Amino acid sequence: MSKVGQPEKMIINGKRIDNRSFEEFRPITAEVGVLKRAEGSAIFKFGDTYALAAVYGPRTMHPKHMQDPQKAILRCRYSMAPFSTNERIRPGVSRRSVEISKVLNEALSNVVFFEDYPKTGIDVFVEILQADASTRCAGLNAASLALTEAGIPIRDLISSCSVGKVDNQIVLDIGGDEDQFGDVDISTATIGNEDKFVLLQMDGIITKEEFHILINLARKGCAEVYEKQKNALKEKYKTGEIDVES
Amino acid sequence: MLKASENYVRKLIEEGMRIDERGFDQFRKIKIETDVIKKAEGSARVLLGNTHVLVGVKMSVNVPFPDTPDEGVLIVNAELVPVASPTFDPGPPDEESIELARIVDRGIRESNCIDLEKLCIEEGKKAWNINIDIHVLDHDGNLIDASALGAMAALLNAKIPRYEDEKVVYGEYEGKIPIKDTPIAVTVTKISNKLLIDANLEEESALDARITIATNENGDLCAIQKGGTGFFTSEELKKAADLSIEKGKELRALIK
Repeated sequence: MSKVGQPEKMIINGKRIDNRSFEEFRPITAEVGVLKRAEGSAIFKFGDTYALAAVYGPRTMHPKHMQDPQKAILRCRYSMAPFSTNERIRPGVSRRSVEISKVLNEALSNVVFFEDYPKTGIDVFVEILQADASTRCAGLNAASLALTEAGIPIRDLISSCSVGKVDNQIVLDIGGDEDQFGDVDISTATIGNEDKFVLLQMDGIITKEEFHILINLARKGCAEVYEKQKNALKEKYKTGEIDVES
Repeated sequence: MLKASENYVRKLIEEGMRIDERGFDQFRKIKIETDVIKKAEGSARVLLGNTHVLVGVKMSVNVPFPDTPDEGVLIVNAELVPVASPTFDPGPPDEESIELARIVDRGIRESNCIDLEKLCIEEGKKAWNINIDIHVLDHDGNLIDASALGAMAALLNAKIPRYEDEKVVYGEYEGKIPIKDTPIAVTVTKISNKLLIDANLEEESALDARITIATNENGDLCAIQKGGTGFFTSEELKKAADLSIEKGKELRALIK
């Protein structure tokens, strides 16, 4: 396969194109409560990938015929800002964004206690403000933090990361050029740090043995993300800095 | 689907049985016919039990993508036409049909089974577009495997029309689409912590999670999509991969 702008080598002297080692994340930033109007919000960054999530609800479900008298309905919308990539993205839904919204919704559905809010809708909006690969993973991490801040009862956080194969080397957290020119890209997510995969999408060819290795690496990666998410929540709700009038 | 039927399906599966008495690793009866639509460059009809899918391949000449100027273009589309089910509405494609098309697309694209470079006519200017259109005619579950199988069967018998004086001459051919591999998608469904293949519509109503794994002739994995609101453990994922490789071989033998 020939692609325009493809570098000759993606891995040089045991280092990746952005100087990372094979099982190293790009710098991760997570922050909870970044928007004023939304009931819950968060940002999550893997390096230059910048995802913002906001949660509205539980609120009365419209249109009404979509209401469920037994439980809440989760709606998830993944969207990329037009300026988030080199080539401008046409605003509005694309086939890609419809598919990603669906898999994010299914992943989050594993942990929400829907029975607590009959007849309502919970809306999760994921906006990718800057895209440098692994956007759905960053979006999912932000979304689960936003759900938490919104006070919606969940069993645990959803923690997500990508793994893959670049120049025949198995690596953690596919970034930038690795997405475009790498061999394999897998998006994964687990419930907290448990062995429960709620998201798994793969493009590219791997052997059965490599698949086993990649699953193990994904578990380690998701567990690391989980810690970052918990730290972000602790940061948001840390005690000792609240002014208490006596 | 009625709750009662869902519970019945679960109860049976917990006892090691299926509603249509199949084994957990057994496909329904499969019937494949190719070259069923004369006007299409390639076509196939797949009957998977009562699930009925028709796939057509149409070729046209267009400008290639700027990042792959020396390659032909593959486009997969799926229509859940209202004849197939009372739950399918006419109108623009919904998330279910988009996901279906994208899963089929990924299996074919990521296996590199089409020699796309041979489909370039003039670099950066003209290349063949392969349009694979999936028409679901009768929905009785496992649309993904039926569609992916139909798409591959249609591709394998698709011919390239004659291209003369900047025009495509339909009905006259000058060769076949160059195919290097035969990827096969197999969907493994998880119900009540049991893994099974080729879920029918009633079983899909009780589905916890599903995973579609496309494998190539080498026995390698080339695309994966997990769906449904449940989860898979690492062990279940490994089992699903084994099942997909094994069952992929069976299906491949039917179309090659």
